[in-house]
Amino acid sequence: MSERGTWLVKEGFAEMFKGGVIMDVTTAEQAKIAEEAGAVAVMALERVPADIRKAGGVARMASISKIKEIMDAVSIPVMAKVRIGHIAEARILETLGVDFIDESEVLTPADDKYHINKWDFKVPFVCGARNLGEALRRIAEGAAMIRTKGEAGTGNVIEAVKHMRTVMDEIRKVQNMPDEELVTYSKEIGAPVNLVAEVKKLGRLPVVNFAAGGVATPADAALMMMLGADGVFVGSGIFKSKDPAKMAKAIVMAVTYWNDPEMLLKISEDIGQPMEGLEIEQLEVHMQERGW
Amino acid sequence: MVIGVSGIQGDFREHKTMLEKMGIKTMVVRTPEELDKVDGLIIPGGESTTMIRIMKMVNLYDALKAKIETGFPVFGTCAGMILLSNEVTNFKQDSLKAINIKIERNAYGRQVESFETDIEIKGFNSKFRAIFIRAPKVVSYDENIEILATFENSPVLLKQDNILVASFHPELTNDTRVHEYFLNMVKQQ
Repeated sequence: MSERGTWLVKEGFAEMFKGGVIMDVTTAEQAKIAEEAGAVAVMALERVPADIRKAGGVARMASISKIKEIMDAVSIPVMAKVRIGHIAEARILETLGVDFIDESEVLTPADDKYHINKWDFKVPFVCGARNLGEALRRIAEGAAMIRTKGEAGTGNVIEAVKHMRTVMDEIRKVQNMPDEELVTYSKEIGAPVNLVAEVKKLGRLPVVNFAAGGVATPADAALMMMLGADGVFVGSGIFKSKDPAKMAKAIVMAVTYWNDPEMLLKISEDIGQPMEGLEIEQLEVHMQERGW
Repeated sequence: MVIGVSGIQGDFREHKTMLEKMGIKTMVVRTPEELDKVDGLIIPGGESTTMIRIMKMVNLYDALKAKIETGFPVFGTCAGMILLSNEVTNFKQDSLKAINIKIERNAYGRQVESFETDIEIKGFNSKFRAIFIRAPKVVSYDENIEILATFENSPVLLKQDNILVASFHPELTNDTRVHEYFLNMVKQQ
């Protein structure tokens, strides 16, 4: 019997992104640049996080015509964002046929208590997390992929590093924990004990984990891979740089050859001016704090 | 015997884990130098456009193509199958042109249409759970190609000499039989 939307079909799809770069795009033209550069998927958005940050106001799911235009333009998978807890936006995107939904703190949350029950959907979801507890809660809700949050739209990698280091640290801690400590630890981090036990067994999250939020150069991308990311999301870092096509290609190469310093040197030469960065202390909005 | 798994991009970890569980030595291959150290290569699922682009940039494309022509065993799953095919009919993209099949990419639909199902494979004594993810479909093939399995009248597991291709993902299951089949091909070389 054939079955759609099973866990293997959803989580397995996320495994296919590994070692790849997923790029934020706002137009069909940008989507083509991303595909041409070797992106493994694109994220359809109305505005990149840097612009959402500047403009303020309520950031919602992108317009359907925009997403359609992007889906028609490229052959690689198309992801799109919904507000945290916005079940209706998610149903609309699933019906439209997007390949992955990002329930994202980059948009303005729609629910101050609850995330979407993602088991209810055939389309797979990716969600943000800053630590192991948050990651496992999202997986318990049915997320087939996790991305560390970082601080989107800043071009400043420090928060992405902090979140990836935290998740990896906590995974190592669980690995070395005797079984009798697992229940108390699960309570401490607010995560289901069965998933904590699975992390201990696997030595990693049960799903693919990408780094996001602040990656702006090939070196940033390689750094995230060195810290244990399975791949990276790049938002403002590409289309807010001087030469997006060049920057996009360089970041794609850096995610494959992160462990080869000579290649990284070659890749990092002649990439043009990266996006301007922001100091975390000077931000009015910390998007990473959204999510419960 | 060392089996290489192309680590350019995709679910190479799953292939590697499966082979290691079977007691096979593996190596991730990202450069032409690494390719020379292995006895066979698996090209995993992932994004074929990304894979072919990077392979060309680092000269892995030419090195692999030349090696396959001398009888080097290769196994491609999903994107790997697209890479090994002669031609992609519905998108403008390059491939290694190693096996005489024509492919339609994403022929079963977008991700919400992805599915798992039981298929029968020639020589296997029970059904195989096949996972199809934005899978490619073989739309035409040469007469000399051996069809090992079909789904809804399309071939989904095919062999031509030293080349094995699957439009589904055996590496996402715990069933090692397709990988064993490929290992036998490597041993016979």
